[in-house]
Amino acid sequence: MRHGRWRFLAGALVPALVLHVVFVVSPYAQAFYLSLTDWTGVAGEAHYVGADNFSRLGSDTLFLDAVRNNAVMLLVVPAATIALALLLASLVAGPSKRWGGSAYQIVYFFPQMLSLVIIAVLWGFVYNPNTGLLNAGLRAIGLGAAARSWLAEPSLALAAVMAVIVWSSVGFYVVLFRAAIDGIPQELFEAARIDGAGGWSVFRGITLPLLKENVQVAFVYLGIIALDGFVLVQVMTVGPGGPDGATEVVGLTLYRTAFTYGKFGYATAMGVALFFAALTFSILALRWGRSHEEA
Amino acid sequence: MKRLDFFPQLAMFSWAVVTALPLIWAVTSSLKTDDEILNDPWSPPSSLHFENWARAWTGANIGRYFFNSLIVVGGALLLTMLLGSLVAYALARYPFRGNRIVYYTFVAAMFFPVFLALVPLFFVVQQLGLLGTYPGLILVYTAYAVPFTVFFLHAFFRTLPAEVAEAAVLDGCSHGAVFFRVMLPLARPGLVAVGIFNFLGLWNQYLLPLVLNPDPDRYVLAQGLAALSVSQGYRSDWSGLFAGMTIAMLPVLVAYVAFQRHIRAGMTAGAVR
Repeated sequence: MRHGRWRFLAGALVPALVLHVVFVVSPYAQAFYLSLTDWTGVAGEAHYVGADNFSRLGSDTLFLDAVRNNAVMLLVVPAATIALALLLASLVAGPSKRWGGSAYQIVYFFPQMLSLVIIAVLWGFVYNPNTGLLNAGLRAIGLGAAARSWLAEPSLALAAVMAVIVWSSVGFYVVLFRAAIDGIPQELFEAARIDGAGGWSVFRGITLPLLKENVQVAFVYLGIIALDGFVLVQVMTVGPGGPDGATEVVGLTLYRTAFTYGKFGYATAMGVALFFAALTFSILALRWGRSHEEA
Repeated sequence: MKRLDFFPQLAMFSWAVVTALPLIWAVTSSLKTDDEILNDPWSPPSSLHFENWARAWTGANIGRYFFNSLIVVGGALLLTMLLGSLVAYALARYPFRGNRIVYYTFVAAMFFPVFLALVPLFFVVQQLGLLGTYPGLILVYTAYAVPFTVFFLHAFFRTLPAEVAEAAVLDGCSHGAVFFRVMLPLARPGLVAVGIFNFLGLWNQYLLPLVLNPDPDRYVLAQGLAALSVSQGYRSDWSGLFAGMTIAMLPVLVAYVAFQRHIRAGMTAGAVR
C-alpha cells in the first residue's frame, strides 16, 4: 500500500526535524563559527578573529585551572566509581547471592534519581563546618581534630566535590554490573570453585574479563560526567569555583565568561575546546577497549 | 543457600550507611528547630515541626517552583514521547532514501556536550521571543530529549513483528492509524522505560533553565532550590531550607519506592543495549 505513505512520513518526521534543526543542530553549527569571532552579543557585531580565542585560552589562568581540575576529575572519578561499583556488584550478585544484596542495591541506586541540585545542596550541608553532618560525626567519635572546613580549603575542596560525584554515581553502576554478572553462566563460577579458586581469583579470572565491555561503557559515561561537574561546583562551592580556582571547571568558566561578562565568542571557544576534549576521550576509551580485546 | 560472611556484609552495609545517612539526616533536620539543627546535628527532632514544610512551600515559594516544573516537564514529556516515537517508528519501519542520514542527524546530537550549544542556543531562544516562557522551555527540553528517545525506541520498534502492521494495513488502516492503534500499544514496555528515563532527566534539568529561564516567577524546582540555598543560608533559616529540599526529594522517593524495579531496569537498559 503506497497511498498516504509519504504524507505519513512527512507528518511523522517534519515537526521533530524542525525542532531539532532550530534548537540543536543550528546552535551546535553556529558554535564552531562563533568561536572564531570576538562577538559580545550585539547583533551584527561579530568580527572574525581566526584562532585568537584559542591562543588566548592558553594563557587564561582561570581556564587553565579549570582544565587542570577537569583532568584530575577525569583520572579520579571514573576509576574510583568503577572500582567501588565492581566491588559492591560482585558482593551483591556473585556465585551465590548474599543475604540482603537486593535490598542494598535499592538503597545504593537512590541518589541516581535525585537532581544534581538537590545533591549539591544536601552535600553543601554535610560539609558545613559548624552544623554539617561530617564534622559533627567526626566530633561524635572523638576525631574532632580532623574536622575541617571542607569546601573552603584549597587542598580539600576538589576532593570533596569528587567524593559527591562518586557518591551519587556508584549505585547506577552497581545495578549495571550486577545485571552483567547475572548474565554470566553459573557453570563458569562452579567450575572455578571446584578448581579451588577463591573469591578474588574468580573475580579476576572470570568476572572482570567478561564485564570488560560494561566497564568500558561505564568509563565513557563517567568520563563525560567528569568533564562536566558544573552543577555541583556552581551550587556547592565558594565563589563558585573557589577557593582560589581550586574547584573551577570548564563549564563554569564558560558560563561565567558568556553570561556574566558577555564575551560570547570567547566563551564559545571554550565550548569547542570542551567538545574536542570529550571527543578525544571517548575515542581513546573505545580504542583502548578494542586493543585489549585483540591482545 | 544465601551466604552471610562477615567482610562482604560489612562492606555492603557500610556503603548503604554512606548512601542513606545524608538523606535521612536531611529529612529529620527538616522537622527540627533551627536551634536543634545548630546545636545537635545528630539527634532526632524533639517534636515534629511540620510548620517548616509549610513555610518552605508558601513562604519560600517551593510550591510555585513545583508547579512550574510540573507544567514544563509535563508538556515536554508529552511532546518528547509523541515526536520521539513518531520519528523512531518512521525510521525503523519505512526504508526510504536518506533514512540513515535523518537517523544519524538525530542520534549524533547525543554525543555533543550541551555546553557547546549553550551560547548560540540562548540567542536562538531570545530571537524567537521565547526566553523565560513556558513554551520556550518546553520546546527546548523536547528538542534535547528527542535524540535519546529516537535512539532507544528505534531499536525497540525494529523488534516488533511486522505481520501485525501488515494485517492492519490489509484491513484498510491508514499509516497513521496503524501507528497509533497498533504499534504504540505494542511498544508500551519500551515507551514506559524511556518515559521514566526522560521524566527524570527533564525533572532534574538545571543548566538549560539557568540560562533560558531568568524570571524568578517561572523558576523550575531545581533553580528555585539553588536560589533558596543561597538566600536562606544568609537568612539562616536552616530548617526551612531542609524542608524545601525534603519536599523536592519526596516525589522522587515515592516514585522510586513504587516503581524501583522498572526504574532500575529502564535506566540501565540504555547502557547495556
